[in-house]
Parts: sequence; structure tokens; C-alpha cells
Amino acid sequence: MKEKLLEIKDEYLSFFTPAGEVKALNGVSFSMEEGEVLGIVGESGSGKSVTAYSLMGLTAYPGKLVSGTIRFNGHQVETMTEKEFRKMRGNEVSIIFQDPMTSLNPVYTIGNQIREVILLHTDKTKKEAQERAKELLELVGINEPEKRLKQYPHELSGGMRQRVMIAIALACEPKLLIADEPTTALDVTIQAQILELMQELREKLGMSIIMITHDLGVVASMCEKIAVMYAGHIIEYGTADEIFYSPKHEYTKGLIRSIPKLDTEEDERLVPIEGQPVDLLNPPKGCPFAPRCASCMKICLDQMPPKTELSDTHYSHCWLLQKDQFEEGGRGL
Amino acid sequence: MNKQDILMEIQHLQQYFPAGGYGKNKRVVKAVDDVSFAIRRGETLGLVGESGCGKTTVGRTMLRLYEPTDGRIIYDGKIIFDSGKHPLQNPDGTPQRDGNGNVILGTKSAVDMLPYRRRMQIVFQDPYASLDPRMTIGDIVGEPIDIHKLANSKEERRDRILSLLERVGLNSEHANRYPHEFSGGQRQRVGIARALAVDPEFIVCDEPVSALDVSIQAQVVNMFEDLQKELGLTYLFIAHDLSIVKHISDRIGVMYLGKLVELADSYELITKSAHPYTRSLISAIPIADPKTARASKRIPLQGDVPSPLNPPSGCRFRTRCPYATEQCAGECPEFKEISPGHWAACHNLEQVN
Repeated sequence: MKEKLLEIKDEYLSFFTPAGEVKALNGVSFSMEEGEVLGIVGESGSGKSVTAYSLMGLTAYPGKLVSGTIRFNGHQVETMTEKEFRKMRGNEVSIIFQDPMTSLNPVYTIGNQIREVILLHTDKTKKEAQERAKELLELVGINEPEKRLKQYPHELSGGMRQRVMIAIALACEPKLLIADEPTTALDVTIQAQILELMQELREKLGMSIIMITHDLGVVASMCEKIAVMYAGHIIEYGTADEIFYSPKHEYTKGLIRSIPKLDTEEDERLVPIEGQPVDLLNPPKGCPFAPRCASCMKICLDQMPPKTELSDTHYSHCWLLQKDQFEEGGRGL
Repeated sequence: MNKQDILMEIQHLQQYFPAGGYGKNKRVVKAVDDVSFAIRRGETLGLVGESGCGKTTVGRTMLRLYEPTDGRIIYDGKIIFDSGKHPLQNPDGTPQRDGNGNVILGTKSAVDMLPYRRRMQIVFQDPYASLDPRMTIGDIVGEPIDIHKLANSKEERRDRILSLLERVGLNSEHANRYPHEFSGGQRQRVGIARALAVDPEFIVCDEPVSALDVSIQAQVVNMFEDLQKELGLTYLFIAHDLSIVKHISDRIGVMYLGKLVELADSYELITKSAHPYTRSLISAIPIADPKTARASKRIPLQGDVPSPLNPPSGCRFRTRCPYATEQCAGECPEFKEISPGHWAACHNLEQVN
């Protein structure tokens, strides 16, 4: 079997705030192979960003990994020191943030910021780094790279800044690129440009991508595998086709139902998911989605449902599926 | 369109914002430039476009939250703002003429808005910034009632507030809480209750669901639809998400850099869009269906939106338009009716289609 690029097992992560322990991740497990594109979807606060940040050692105070193991590209991430992290970040794994406005340093030129990564991680001289920076800007489709390298972030538009962010992220040809809502702050036409660029680069460089987003449309066109997160749990995982055409968890079904259709003449009424998002300070005892679930049963309020394997690539956590399997099996208690 | 059906109409509306400089060097942001359209009683008109295209400014200027720099606003048959520079229009849209054939210009006027504020309201985009953090929900919803003196006694005021909260799916115990205790979706409900407090007939919904999570979006969109049915409201629904706008609107207008470029029935606009900008906008929407998404072709637009400080001459879309010709640089295309109820502004419609 091929060596897995990333393997997260039973990750529990909490933020110890003055108001109490906020359980951001509650037993997250997944793995990725080299070259794969994984989409993580979920609402705000579902833990999608926290998962990705933790594997880069970027968990913000007062967050702490409580238990679980993370293996990435031969590293045992949960035991790594800050010094080791610094070597890995930007080199083997890098990240593009949501807001290109705030993630570039306003007082340094674009060139300065791209060269910094190259000089830090390779033995290139300043001159070589300058050449490489120019190549990178060309790679992400920026015209007149020489002129741009001398400009400051405020002189560029939003789409252009996001391209610069991508150039910085790709500077050392990482094995894994984490894109944290890379297009949420951009307009649709610019979003289309950036998504196209990411797809192109992925084919060219063969890296893996973790795409974090709340937009099901974005993952549909880009990702091979999709993980749906809710309240710190991966409640369903599968290939794009499995998630979109045969969703098994009630939350996934609800998400897909609540998107308005563009190509129908008569507008049907939207089917929303009722209720409010979970309060992570006081998560419900059983399945976190149970209070909002239309087919909630007694056991759902009491116990977290176990994993139900639906195919080699598709699994979900829901008591309804357990019930189906039980009935199919025809075993008595 | 019958004039009696029209609730809100804007003609040649213009909004320029000063952007520094004196005398010759004075610069203006041309946020809205010569935009005209009408909203029928009881309908939802959607307004879409990218950030900075002026859709929010149209909504706010229409309510005279910003004083227009030029144009005319007619609400329910009465002129509430007129710059006096444009001819009055006949019901069929032609300019009115006196006995000698000269056009009659409107008289410069601006009415007192207070009585109109009761009839037109707005719901803002960001439910975090548009509620005063130091006021309770009850007081936020009660403020318009106080300003317009709609309640005669404390009990009446309280009853009104509670019935408003119930109407938007909150309950009476929420009245004494503060905004920070609520989630985004709940706050947007408070914003809607505040708008409804004066029994308006027209509401500008300025990106009311953009800040909400997908599962909550559908709840709020459904509520807008229910309220419209129950109370006979008219909406101007502003958003950048075309699929939500298509869902809720009867007609959709598309804006680009301060200009209205296309206006049509929502299904027609999606399926038979005429303007090249509308087409690429529609093709850029990510489709939540892997098979269609893989098969569909985008019509990518080159570059970015130009600055509204210094918009391109002629057609403003020409710098990114694949069909642009010399004519596009010289003249601004006329906004004309290309089929009944379908308007577009483009010189090269035949080639595009």
C-alpha cells in the first residue's frame, strides 16, 4: 500500500477559555494520499480550520491538543517542537488564508515577502531568490512580475493579492497546500479565476490540497474527497459523487437541500435545517446534530453514533444507518 | 408596465462621492451613474453585481440615506427627490413636452422624509454591526415605534414588540437580552423585526443573508418570502449570490461599475442572458453538483474591475469584454428593451448572441 501523506487519528483539541473548555475537535480521523484534493466543509465553528491549523502547529492560544496522533510526511506532528515546525512550515506544507488583505505584511514589498520564504528554506543566494520570485509570479499568472515585485500589497487588487499568497505558498513546492476559504473574500468572477489557477497548478506540480470552505459549489468542482464537519466531528466522509449523489447523514442531506437551484423555472421553497448551530461550550450529550435533526431518535440524544462504513471510501456517523444495517442483518438482540 | 403598479421608481439616478482634492484636482468616485428602473408593487427586484459595482449605493440612495447628486426618485406616484435637470416622463417613458414642443424639466425639490420613513425600511448586511451592542433587543425593535409615535401606552409598545419578535421566529424572553447573546441568524431576525416595526410597504434588503451560514441562509430566505406573502411587502433584494437572488426575485437587475447593464425576469436572465457580463457572471457561479461542474465551461473574465475613480470611457465593461470594438470605447451603449421586459446595454448584442 502506498504511504499515506497525512494520517490523523482520533484528534481531540480544546480551547481552554475563561468561560470553560470549548471542545473544538472531538475525535477527528482521516487520511490523505499524495496528490489528493480533500474538501472540508462545515459551518463556522465546526472545526474545519482548527483541524488544518493543528497539523501545522498553528493552534492559537488557549487551544491545546488533548489527545490523538497526527502523522504527516514522516513527521510525528504532535510531538514536534516549535523549531521543527518552523522548518516544516512553508517547506513541506503551506497555507493560503481567507483574507489576502490581512495576511500580507503591508510594510514590505511583494518581492521581499516572496524572497523571505525562499531564503529561509533553501540555500539560494539573494539573486537566485529574486529570479525564483519572478518565476513564481509568472506561474500564478501575474503580468509584469518585475514591476509587481517592487510594489506593496495595497497597490494590488484582492484577486492579485490572493495570487501573491499562492506564489508565497508554492515557493518551496510543498507536498501539501492548505487553502483556508481562499475565495470567500473574492467576487465570483475572481473566484473562478483563482479556482482555475489552483487546479492548473495542482496538475502541474502534483501537490495535495486541503480545501476548507463552506461553499458546496467550490468543493464540487475541485475536490475528489469531501469531509463534512459538524461541531468538531467528521460526520460524513466520501468521494465527491458519494457526498453529492448519495448523502447519508441528515446534516449533509440538509446542506445539499438548502442550496437554491439556478436552472429551474419554478422556484420551490427552500428546505432549511431548522434550529441554531451548536454551542460548543455546552455541546449536546449524544449526536451533536440531534437537536436540529428531523429524524432524531431517543438514542441520538444519549450516545454519539459509531462509524458506519458504507463503501471503501464512504462512511458516516448516524444512528439511522446503524439501524438500517441492523435490520438488514436481521439479528436479534 | 402600468404606472399605477409602480411603487418605487428611479430615473437617471446618480451618486458621486467626493474622493479628495480641490479645484481642478477634485476627484469623485462615480458610484452610481445614470441608473433608471422601477419596482412594481408586491414584487421582489433582485440587484446583483460584484463588490464596488454600486448596488448597495443604489439601495441607500433610493431611500435618500445618501442625498443623490442627480436624478429623480418617485415613490408611490409622488416625487420625493428631483434634481431638476431631467425632463419629466410620460407614462410610456417619453419626455413630456409643452405646447411649443419643448421638453418640461422637473422642478428641483426634496421632500421631508419622515412620513416616508414609515413606509420604506432597510435590512442591513452585517447583523453584527447594525445592532447597537448596548441596547436590548426589545429597545432595538422598539426604537422605530418611539420615533414614529406608534404606541399610545407602555403596554401597547410592549405588545407590539413581542408580536414583532414572534413574527420573525424569536420569543418574548429574547426581548431583554443583548445582541451579543445571539447567533448571526438570530441577529438578522432582529434586524428584520426592527424594519417591520413601522409596518412598511417597501424594504431594501441589503445582502441580508451574505454573512450567514448556508443552513441558516435558507431559514432567513424562507422568512422573507413568508413575510412578503402575509404583509404584501415589496423588496429590493441586493446580493452578490446569484443563486439566492434568482430564488427570491421576480426580476433581476445586473450592475457593473455604477451602471445597470441588464434587467429581465429572473428565469429569463439566467437562461437567456444577453449582456456578456451577465453571461460570464452566471458561468462563474460554482455549481454544487460534481458532474455538471466538471462538464461546465467557464467564460473567464480577464483582469479585475477598473477603479470607479477613473472608469473606462464609453461602455464600462469594454476593458474586460471579449466582444469589445472601437465603438464601445467611444459611446456609452443605450439601455434598451431587446424583448418585452428584457433590457440590456450593449452595442454588440447580435454578435454576443
